[in-house]
Amino acid sequence: MLRIDRLTIPGLPALSFEVAAGECLCIEGPSGSGKTRILRAIADLDPAGGQVFLEGAERAELSATEWRRRVRYVAAEPAWWADNARQHVKSGIGGSRFERTSVSLGLAHGLLDLPLTQLSTGERLRLSVARALSDEPRVILFDEPTGALDAQATALTEELIRFQILTGRAVVLVSHDVAQVGRLAHHRLLLGAATTSTAPASADPAHRITGAVSALRAKLSGQGQ
Amino acid sequence: MNAPTLNLADLGLASLLLLINVILSWSFRLHLERSIGLAAMRMVVQLGAVGLILKLVFEQASGALTAALAMVMVAAAGWEVMSSQQHRFAKRWLHWGLGTTTLLIAGTAGTLYAALAIIGPEPWWTPQVLLPILGMVLGNTLTGVSLVLDTLTETAKRERGAIEAKLALGLSRFDAMHEVLARALRIGLMPVMNSMAVAGIVWLPGMMTGQILSGTDPMEAAKYQIMIMFVLSGATALGIVIAGIGGVWMLTDRRHRLRLERLNGLTHPSNRPV
Repeated sequence: MLRIDRLTIPGLPALSFEVAAGECLCIEGPSGSGKTRILRAIADLDPAGGQVFLEGAERAELSATEWRRRVRYVAAEPAWWADNARQHVKSGIGGSRFERTSVSLGLAHGLLDLPLTQLSTGERLRLSVARALSDEPRVILFDEPTGALDAQATALTEELIRFQILTGRAVVLVSHDVAQVGRLAHHRLLLGAATTSTAPASADPAHRITGAVSALRAKLSGQGQ
Repeated sequence: MNAPTLNLADLGLASLLLLINVILSWSFRLHLERSIGLAAMRMVVQLGAVGLILKLVFEQASGALTAALAMVMVAAAGWEVMSSQQHRFAKRWLHWGLGTTTLLIAGTAGTLYAALAIIGPEPWWTPQVLLPILGMVLGNTLTGVSLVLDTLTETAKRERGAIEAKLALGLSRFDAMHEVLARALRIGLMPVMNSMAVAGIVWLPGMMTGQILSGTDPMEAAKYQIMIMFVLSGATALGIVIAGIGGVWMLTDRRHRLRLERLNGLTHPSNRPV
């Protein structure tokens, strides 16, 4: 579904990999190794060389706005521009989906109408996940979606991510939580100073979600440029 | 009645008032004596030169010379816009080009409308009409354009997260920057709105003062001033819209990305001496 072909980001080797519908690729690596930059480049928020395909269509064939409607980047630090969360999503189908998703993440109904300044960091983070899913993007790029969450909220968020995968979306997940990677990843991409490599998911099979696990075609290309 | 002409001794008397500034600086240890002196000297030299140049252009009564002087004024105003910004575009010509193009369009439109449609001098390019109006239009538009670009870049930098969140949700660059642009335009319109609101009450416009001093009937001077204020408001609005949209254009790219790295944010030339 999502195919990355020689994505070139300054300071990183060219990356090529593929994430099929119903699969989750986890990107791991120390801080500053470029995980966020990869997600931003895939969403076309930063200029990068190489090609990115969604269901066979190269991103240059689509307008940038259309691309980001389908390939959604969910930032680690959510930003808001209106007073309350509800104003950030158009009312209608998207609005009710936003509300349902928020509730499934353990957020109370009325939270959407409270001033965002009154909410906790974790509540705002979950709201931003729900906001990102409100128009049903095809590919979701999560940047530490549970970074500021307690165990219970983390479990609910993982459940939501699992649901997105099971309903045929492609997910790319940046996470520092090794156990979480084990629970969600079909494939892993390890970033390091000079040792960027890919490996199949190594978690206990009992924690792995069901679904087709196709061979990871991630490969390293253009190393040492 | 005609105002008596001023001679050098009169100007010398006027310049004594500068001593108040110097004494102020001394007694409060502001260390501004040098800056005050330099600013005063610049003012005398610049205005003297302008007087001489205008005298020359008026005597020659040449369309080409009028146009040349007008272009110099536009270029100088464009330079002033660029050098008063907190955040400049890293490519200097881009920034200078935006300011100058904006002022060229707004200045030409405002001046020609005032001269051709309203005043109607003979010949139409009469420098005594065109150049002072162009000067006033440029001066006001310059303030508006400076404020718009400064607010736009500063707000875009501060609101980077929100702008990128909107872009990530699939909004276009103009949708994502709409609130930032609106804020910049509102601030850019303020000076001309304020000066219209208080004109005549708090402040007697310079042009009107000059006309009255040189013997024009106050009612005639007022009518001229009203006309000029309308021209200034129109030209400023035109200028800030061009600058605002051009600024959004330059802060983003074709793929609707925010490109703040095009700004060179570390220079603060607003702190430079007068």
